[in-house]
Amino acid sequence: MNLVTISGPPSSGKTSVILKTIAAMTGRGIKPAVVKFDCLYTDDDELYRKAGIPVKKGLSGSLCPDHYFVSNIETVVDWGLEQEYDLLVSESAGLCNRCSPYIKGIRAVCVIDNLSGINTPKKIGPMLKSADVIVITKGDIVSQAEREVFASRVQAVNPRAVILHVNGLTGQGCYELSTLLYDDAHHITSLKGMELRFSMPSALCSYCLGETRIGESYQMGNVRKIDLHTGADHER
Amino acid sequence: MRDKSIRELQSRFPYVHAFFDDNAISYAGMEHLSLRGVIEAMSESEREEFPYEIETLEHNLETFIEQMQAFLSADEDTVHSITIFPGTDKSGVPEQFDRLDMRPGDVICIVGPTGSGKSRLLADIEWVAQHDTPTKRTVFVNDLVPESKWRFSISDKLVAQLSQNMNFVMDLSVEEFVRMHAESRMIEDIDGAVQSIIASANGLAGEQFSPETPITSLSGGQSRALMIADTAVLSRSPVILIDEIENAGIDRKKALELLLAEDKIVLMATHDPVLALLGDRRIVIRNGGIASVIETTEHERGILKELEVLDARLSELRNRLRDGEILR
Repeated sequence: MNLVTISGPPSSGKTSVILKTIAAMTGRGIKPAVVKFDCLYTDDDELYRKAGIPVKKGLSGSLCPDHYFVSNIETVVDWGLEQEYDLLVSESAGLCNRCSPYIKGIRAVCVIDNLSGINTPKKIGPMLKSADVIVITKGDIVSQAEREVFASRVQAVNPRAVILHVNGLTGQGCYELSTLLYDDAHHITSLKGMELRFSMPSALCSYCLGETRIGESYQMGNVRKIDLHTGADHER
Repeated sequence: MRDKSIRELQSRFPYVHAFFDDNAISYAGMEHLSLRGVIEAMSESEREEFPYEIETLEHNLETFIEQMQAFLSADEDTVHSITIFPGTDKSGVPEQFDRLDMRPGDVICIVGPTGSGKSRLLADIEWVAQHDTPTKRTVFVNDLVPESKWRFSISDKLVAQLSQNMNFVMDLSVEEFVRMHAESRMIEDIDGAVQSIIASANGLAGEQFSPETPITSLSGGQSRALMIADTAVLSRSPVILIDEIENAGIDRKKALELLLAEDKIVLMATHDPVLALLGDRRIVIRNGGIASVIETTEHERGILKELEVLDARLSELRNRLRDGEILR
């Protein structure tokens, strides 16, 4: 079974891209399945089900969805292997621009959209910067110039990735993407011993544990203070 | 390359600041250090927020410089022809043509109902299909099996696209916007390009706009005009696809001339009779395949003359209404 991790900011078009890409694979004898990781609510699993794609969903609730992802991906992979799928796609929303659920040796795709603004590539962390394939969506509604500038900014922060323009509505580019997602040489039989490409953020403070009151005396653990004197210089 | 100081990199590769900017690495006052030196000089908390391994970043810097060098030295590498060899339609029936050659200066229309496979044809060109897409078409560039860069390079895309529902979304003035695009294309005479783009765009649009106008407040016609002028001058893509821009309120004939002056191959997906007849050929798409290729006939060129008279009359009336006149 091939495993592919797809992530990207909320509403960047991950689900549409995955649906269209899997549709572009029909006829190649590949049995796909999807696992959708989300935070509070999703009905994307219905969309997959409607398309006849086996799907499981996991909601992280009050936990960070990426932490939840790492704690569950092994179980999910075992499920996929048991069901004898050929391609398991994990879809997760990167919420804080800092995390990435990418695993060393497992193909990682980041979906990002042209509308998110020209400085966004700079702001997104490893989710964009360590992806193998970057899919840029919503190109049909911005100018050619903005598409070119946006893509060049993406390339500057991740020059080694394959960058593809995909239209999640018409499916333009999805066939091309599908050829990059599945490879007979990439089968895995377990995630045992594998590692994340990057550490998750080190944050454990009183607020992680349910504190709601504001004030110095309630802050414990890993707390960092804003520096208002030099703060302006840091902002670029 | 990774051991060179930033100052040395800057003198050899003036664009290298973009890499540091886009990765949010500030090196002010540390130009004598290497990339590794700058990162090692960061305070602990800065380092912590910087979630990359130095090796990865060094590797990225090298790849970035390699790509930029390749991009800058690729000038001679022009496209003089793109050839499509037939595949099959959606039912597997072979397409009825031997080869379809497109050269700079050609204007080719693509006609066919929605969903007939126009997008797939363009995608085949953009992906330089090698019998490996659903249509099984093959595309050659300059009579050869194309290099893989046409597939994966972001700076050397075969197809640039202009379509009806495109908008500007950035918060910039016309001049700032064009300048930013010119900078990202690494061209030498940025001021000249900016001026010529704004002048050509104003030549296409019904209403004039100034370099200071915010791009988001341009009218539909002005936006389209600016996009076309900008793409003609700054985009390196040899093929321009114009997708359904019939109602754009711009001088369509001049727009085509502008693109052709820059040696582009122009593909238009359109059913607008004026545009369709301005083309040299029409590709008819049916059921996912190219059903036929029609050369524009002499009779059709005659019809085009009539249409152009009507078209001119319409825009004259439009302009007079805009100026507050009473039509008599």
